[in-house]
Amino acid sequence: MDVYLLEAMVNGLLLGGVLALLALGLNLIFGVIDVVWIAYADLVMCGMYAVYWLHVYFGWPIEFACIAAIAAVAILGFLVHLIIIEPILSAAPINQLLATGGLLFFLQSFATLLFGTDFRNIGLRLPVIQIGNLYISYARLMAFAVALAGAVALYLFLRRTYLGTAIRAISQDREIMGLMGVNERRIYLMTSAIGGALAGLSACLLALQYDVHPFIGNTFGPITFMICVLGGLGNMIGGFFAAFIMSQIIAIGGYYASTELAYVLAFSFFIVLMLVRPRGILSA
Amino acid sequence: MLSLQGVSAGYGTFRALFDVSLEVTRGETVGVIGPNGAGKTTLMRVISGMIPLTSGSMSMEGQSLAGMPAYRIIENGIAHVPENRHLFPRLSIEDNLRMGAFIPKARQHFTEQLKWVYELFPRLKERRTQLAGTLSGGEQQMCAIGRALMSRPKLLLMDEPSAGLAPLIVQQVFDLVGRIRAEGLTVLIVEQNVQQVLEIVDRAYLLEVGSIKLEGTSSSLRNDEIIRKAYMGL
Repeated sequence: MDVYLLEAMVNGLLLGGVLALLALGLNLIFGVIDVVWIAYADLVMCGMYAVYWLHVYFGWPIEFACIAAIAAVAILGFLVHLIIIEPILSAAPINQLLATGGLLFFLQSFATLLFGTDFRNIGLRLPVIQIGNLYISYARLMAFAVALAGAVALYLFLRRTYLGTAIRAISQDREIMGLMGVNERRIYLMTSAIGGALAGLSACLLALQYDVHPFIGNTFGPITFMICVLGGLGNMIGGFFAAFIMSQIIAIGGYYASTELAYVLAFSFFIVLMLVRPRGILSA
Repeated sequence: MLSLQGVSAGYGTFRALFDVSLEVTRGETVGVIGPNGAGKTTLMRVISGMIPLTSGSMSMEGQSLAGMPAYRIIENGIAHVPENRHLFPRLSIEDNLRMGAFIPKARQHFTEQLKWVYELFPRLKERRTQLAGTLSGGEQQMCAIGRALMSRPKLLLMDEPSAGLAPLIVQQVFDLVGRIRAEGLTVLIVEQNVQQVLEIVDRAYLLEVGSIKLEGTSSSLRNDEIIRKAYMGL
């Protein structure tokens, strides 16, 4: 087998991990609150700026900068629910989409105003690992490993804790959550904060590989939505696998043709699958 | 233990309950009977806080419950087995029971409480990893009752536990109520199945078009002319 193709596939797998993490966060919020955060990838942008400023400008060690960025985006997620979603929780879905779409433009414009449109790099040079003839970026490998660990942690949280069980239960019967002693509002706020934390974690991993600029969210936003829909919106397991399918199409397509064509291929695949399986790959 | 004084409630502009007063004493099993649409389910929902009362007062062991949201009322020892069971269909039986123990003071006793519920309903233990949505009607009712018991309630509200079940299963469900009261729990049960429920309760209230029309011990109600005619077909 062609070693460059293998390298492309390995890189696709590694990118898939981070995309899977993003898809988990978006699906979690949709599954619990029944609202799609159009601006989800822009929370990632905010997190990347947080890592950049804390590490480069204030000279914090990268680990502390990352932890602070995750906490900051978690708080941001909490506030998104409190300020934007809660007042329109029972409004028509289109109003909710428009509101979080408005947040997207707000965050992008605000970031442009504050930081300008310069591409900024955290300037961390991580080594490249050689296995035989295969070269793998350490940053990507680490991003993949951390993303998987994050996904496992989320799984255990949802399976093993009371709060996690309530998060899985709430979309199945909202009416009686109160009878279980569950304060619905608290669950929504906690879920939004966890969704924010996942965006923050993704931001840390992406900051190792990509320059940050106000529109970086546009690079990951559309593909994340596509992955979630492909896996079945709200279906966390479906989204997780869809992330790896999509990243492989992009990686292999990019190897045989070009990155642009790879995206065309990925979106075509998406359209065809939506015609065949409109409810997602895991639907019966 | 539970006391309602002059309670009115409804949905929007529609009033479903008018000036209802009701008492439940510790250790009793009390029934609320009446025809469809009399407001029985509304009464249960008011007590557990699913809908607010518009006037009157309600208290549990001296603590006022008026205006309290459902998630706080359960902390006062009132658990509600809702009409049509309302299980979480895509959670396992054990996860449903875990949800029943969500409140902090129930979490501490989860293991012993789970053991007790499984002793009460061995069938649930056999099927503990099965999704609740795949259970039979009778098993679902066991699971719903078990879930309510997981919160370690002092008072159990049961709304139409026999609804939608086959006659043989209905009898099993009423036997269950008997076992629960034998465990020392206080029970307030709403039923359309008048004849059978009067055999297991100490006292009962007759609710018609949102008002209490009659109350008495189960033996006096069993011999009441109106009840015999209208509700027992005798």
